[in-house]
Amino acid sequence: MIDTLTNILQTMVLYATPLILAAMGGLYSERSGVVNIGLEGLMTIGAFTAAVTTLATNNPWIGLLAAMLAGIILALPHAVASVTFKADQVVSGVAINFLALGISVYLVKAMYNGKAQTPTVLETLDRLPIPGLSQIPVIGPAFFNAFPTTYLAVFVVFLSYFLLYRTPFGMRLRAVGEHPRAAETMGVNVFLMRYIAVLISGALAAIGGAGLSIAIGSEFNETTVAGQGFIALAALIFGKWNPFGALGAATFFGLAVALALTGQIFGLTNYVPSEVLNMLPYILTILALAGVVGRAEAPAAIGKPYETGGR
Amino acid sequence: METMQRRLRESPVITSVVSVLLGMLVGAIMMIAAGYNPIQAYQALFMSAFLMPYDIGETIRTISPLILTGLAVGLAFRTGLFNIGVEGQFIIGQLAAVIVALKMDLPPVLHAVVAVLAGALGGALWAFLPGLLKATRGVHEVITTIMMNFIALYLANTLVRNWLSQGADSTETIPESASLRWDLLSQAFGNSRIHFGIFIALATALFMYYLLWKTTLGFELRAVGLNPHASEYAGMSVKRNLIMSMMISGLFAGLGGASELLGTSGYLAIHGSHTGIGFDGIAVALLGANSPLGIVFAAVLFGVLTYGGPVMQFEANVPTEVIRVVFAAIIFFVAANVVRWMMSKFGNKAVKKSD
Repeated sequence: MIDTLTNILQTMVLYATPLILAAMGGLYSERSGVVNIGLEGLMTIGAFTAAVTTLATNNPWIGLLAAMLAGIILALPHAVASVTFKADQVVSGVAINFLALGISVYLVKAMYNGKAQTPTVLETLDRLPIPGLSQIPVIGPAFFNAFPTTYLAVFVVFLSYFLLYRTPFGMRLRAVGEHPRAAETMGVNVFLMRYIAVLISGALAAIGGAGLSIAIGSEFNETTVAGQGFIALAALIFGKWNPFGALGAATFFGLAVALALTGQIFGLTNYVPSEVLNMLPYILTILALAGVVGRAEAPAAIGKPYETGGR
Repeated sequence: METMQRRLRESPVITSVVSVLLGMLVGAIMMIAAGYNPIQAYQALFMSAFLMPYDIGETIRTISPLILTGLAVGLAFRTGLFNIGVEGQFIIGQLAAVIVALKMDLPPVLHAVVAVLAGALGGALWAFLPGLLKATRGVHEVITTIMMNFIALYLANTLVRNWLSQGADSTETIPESASLRWDLLSQAFGNSRIHFGIFIALATALFMYYLLWKTTLGFELRAVGLNPHASEYAGMSVKRNLIMSMMISGLFAGLGGASELLGTSGYLAIHGSHTGIGFDGIAVALLGANSPLGIVFAAVLFGVLTYGGPVMQFEANVPTEVIRVVFAAIIFFVAANVVRWMMSKFGNKAVKKSD
């Protein structure tokens, strides 16, 4: 029983980590008023770049850094389309998703003789036990013997909270997402803030994706990300566009997956099909949006391109 | 001169054609970067669809569901709604059709008709909730439909595993009576899997044209899309029209799913991820400028590219995924209206020169 519990918590942390990082990415972009449906694609390019770079350099940290860079580069067209060209942000995000999966699988095939997946990455980021704390029963192995990306994810949550709510930069970023005209009147450069936000979004989502190919998993293929960018988006909304809310939502979604995966062991799936547990994050998000479970209120200016000098 | 320039700049046909060419240019650059020959690749890509009657039949089969998902996205766009949920409605269309096909015992033709209608109804109902939430609580349809896509996927999977088959990964093949295949048609195209779906798709395109431009409901749907406030003021119910638009859009998507299942695959399998046909509909609708005729043409182009991809990989060694990159680039160019931007830059220069 204790083993099962440890197992569930471990799986929960495992699945929550990439969701937390990508949701934090979405947080910056959406708080600045730019919808980011492209999280899925940004995670994909991160997972791909991390795997390929780590295979070439044998250093997963360089892989992680390269993934971050790739995320920024791929986020750039989204920023250009939705901020400068005032295109439909949802359409642009959809294009990012198409583009990322296309480019990464195309390049994998081009690089590895037509094979649809990379070779196994041998030098991955290993679990990093925190001395002392990792010895605590049940909680220790799950929370304090985690992958470096997990610690990074939690750090990013605290950092994001501080940045967004305790610094002028964060004030400006949120102002741009709520009332860009007022922000501009106060001398904030709306376009610049939105560019920065979208690029940060790309960096964080890509790091989240990188964890899938060089920490939790050790290869990249077409199904490495498989919809987790959309769950991250759901976590962001269910968490009410708030860093700690998103952390909680992502962790809860991780638990749902953990139960779906380990449910067979203690007979849970005899009562509830595992697919129903898989559906849970999405059902809850719809309920939250409908106002049944709390009310999820989006940033006021989300999705609206900004026109200087308009009314 | 001025008016002609403006007309050129605002013509959706020019935008689409130039965007496609730019998209293919991006694809060519990708191919050159990876050391492939783009001319050989594009040749193989476009030739493959027209080589033999079999290829033509298979290409038409690939085009059929793309027309329907494209129409679904396009219709919702006309009312100002972004239905990303076409993918989920497509899956529910498949699910409803396979349930009728396997669980009901009906005479030939009638069986297929009922199964197709069930698929359409399923798609429409699946789109009802996002429409309702948008109309009554102002919840953005993009988010709800993305969530509904995943719920649809897992719902179909659990029903296939636990009800439609005994724990297997796919259902049995549907009985002949519910099939949309027609031997004569198939034989005419070299025994390919072409089926009645193409006629359903083309009829739906006609229906969409008739609905939008010849009926009061269609007028209202378009009016709400152009200006909801003015429509409300003119006495139209914006809420009712939003829900109607989502449901008709879902109906088209459901038809796509049903005809794809009853015509092409013949069974429903458990899927780890989405089919992608619904998402391709977004690209098709954008490229077709949300007009029924434009969508049919766009679906033909995307269908040819999709079917030709594997042939290109075989003949020119270029991975099929480059097609996805071309699709993505086309979406970008259409969405950001790069063509209009280019023309205004170019146009201004021309005007300055003539001064």
